[in-house]
Amino acid sequence: MRKFKEFIIEKLILLCGLAAIFFVVLIFLFLLKEGLAVFKTVSPFKFLFGESWYPISEPAQLGILPLILGSLLVTVGAAIISVPIGVGCAVYIAEIAPLKIKEVLKAGIELLAAIPSVVLGFIGMVTLVPLVKNVFHLPTGLTALSGSIMLAFMAMPTIVSIAEDALYSVPKTYKEGALALGATHWQTIWRVMLPAASSGILAAVMLGIGRVIGETMAVMMITGNAAVLPKSLLVPVRTLTATIAAEMGEAVVGSEHFFALFAIGIVLFVISFAINVTADLFLHKRQ
Amino acid sequence: MRNPYRTQKIAFFVLLVATLLIVIPVGMIVVIIVQKGLPAINWEFLSDIPRKGMRAGGIFPAIVGTIYLVGGAIVFALPIGLLAAIYLSEYSKDNLLTRLIKLAIVNLAGVPSVVYGLFGLALFVVFFKFGASILSGSLTLGIMILPVIVTTSREALESVPSSFREVSLSLGASKWQTIRHIVLPNAIPGILTGTILGLGRAAGETAPILFTVAAFYLPRLPDSIFDQVMALPYHLYVISTQVPNVDEKIRYGTAFVLLALVLFMNLVAIVIRYQFRKKKKW
Repeated sequence: MRKFKEFIIEKLILLCGLAAIFFVVLIFLFLLKEGLAVFKTVSPFKFLFGESWYPISEPAQLGILPLILGSLLVTVGAAIISVPIGVGCAVYIAEIAPLKIKEVLKAGIELLAAIPSVVLGFIGMVTLVPLVKNVFHLPTGLTALSGSIMLAFMAMPTIVSIAEDALYSVPKTYKEGALALGATHWQTIWRVMLPAASSGILAAVMLGIGRVIGETMAVMMITGNAAVLPKSLLVPVRTLTATIAAEMGEAVVGSEHFFALFAIGIVLFVISFAINVTADLFLHKRQ
Repeated sequence: MRNPYRTQKIAFFVLLVATLLIVIPVGMIVVIIVQKGLPAINWEFLSDIPRKGMRAGGIFPAIVGTIYLVGGAIVFALPIGLLAAIYLSEYSKDNLLTRLIKLAIVNLAGVPSVVYGLFGLALFVVFFKFGASILSGSLTLGIMILPVIVTTSREALESVPSSFREVSLSLGASKWQTIRHIVLPNAIPGILTGTILGLGRAAGETAPILFTVAAFYLPRLPDSIFDQVMALPYHLYVISTQVPNVDEKIRYGTAFVLLALVLFMNLVAIVIRYQFRKKKKW
């Protein structure tokens, strides 16, 4: 009897172990189920590279190029800001900061990771947006630049903590060897530690960028949401994520617009899947 | 590079500046919200329904809604997450299947939150016909926080020394008895930490509940799990972007309550972790 009970429990545990795979497949299948329907009316090429997004006009124009470029612009901007600062901070925490300050800094980074994105969006609206507006003398501060700055900030916890882990797992002997040969602490960091941790740091950067592409609420609140081809960093843009969040409420279930928003979901899912798998490969290479 | 020590000084200074560029704004955000939000907090704000098109009154229904959603998410995610963690730490072998499960967890953690919203809409709201309801929202949030719970619980289980297991097994206990009576009790603080972090994450997310449960304005409490509810993060989004002329005090007050709730949960998790490390006998 006990044997039988254990058998059941162990099967249940195996089943739950497989749950993660099950859910990933389920998410993808349901996105496909709802999203692929849009390609009955629009060709995949026209969907991805069409230059106008007017989902409720007659006939609807469903080209997501402006949205892709909006996401891309905001993401590149965020990466340019967050990568040097984030990696620099990771080096400072891992190598330079005294033990007690290190704990405080780590707590600060954890705090940032815990702040809900809608709160960061709200703070961005009341502080960053007016600032951008005044500094650049713009008609509105709701621009790609504001979004980039806010998103850079949101990518920091991911970049810092994973890059710090990567630096921490560099064997102590490397560092000691370099120091024993007469290198200064900075020369050791620059010439030995950073190259040795490079694949982990690359993974950190990729996962940070993944976080930025997928971020929704903050970006919707501060980028201005104009679905047009962006010409500079100082104009309003709309990202893939914000489009889904802003329009799904009004889309009728089963309409072309509804299917198109799910198709955008497929694009986002594929991007995040590619980023996560590649980053995971880099992290495993390190071990 | 003529004087390596001067180069080092400059480099370290630049790194310090980078660090401050992150830490100072974090501090400022918290200070601003506390400073402007705290004066808005009183008993009426916390216990009254929103009035006058959300321009007056309180946020009680949103607080209750968030508590229901988070509770529902954890009821769903904790058993599955914990058993999955037990599988990975106690049963799995180093093979392709394990590799795939780990990869799936990483991916689940990386799926954009708005895509979870789409998924919840397609599966729970439309396919299972739960409608926009607490049930749909909780299940969506539950799947979203699953990776957090699995990862932290697994770490907790794996940090129990293998000698504990060996002693138990050598005394004739079966594998499940060993897990149930030896491994799990020793991993509880770690599991609790992970669960609370998951709760905090679920409480703050907006995008997954947008189309699965959140009500724009619903000044009453839900009767069943098939009702819609208001939720704190969505309410903050609504009053800061969708409704014009909301008093700044109400916005900051809502942001303060949400931030306080999430940070409180994180603080509890940190305290449990700290206490546990202090008491750890191995």
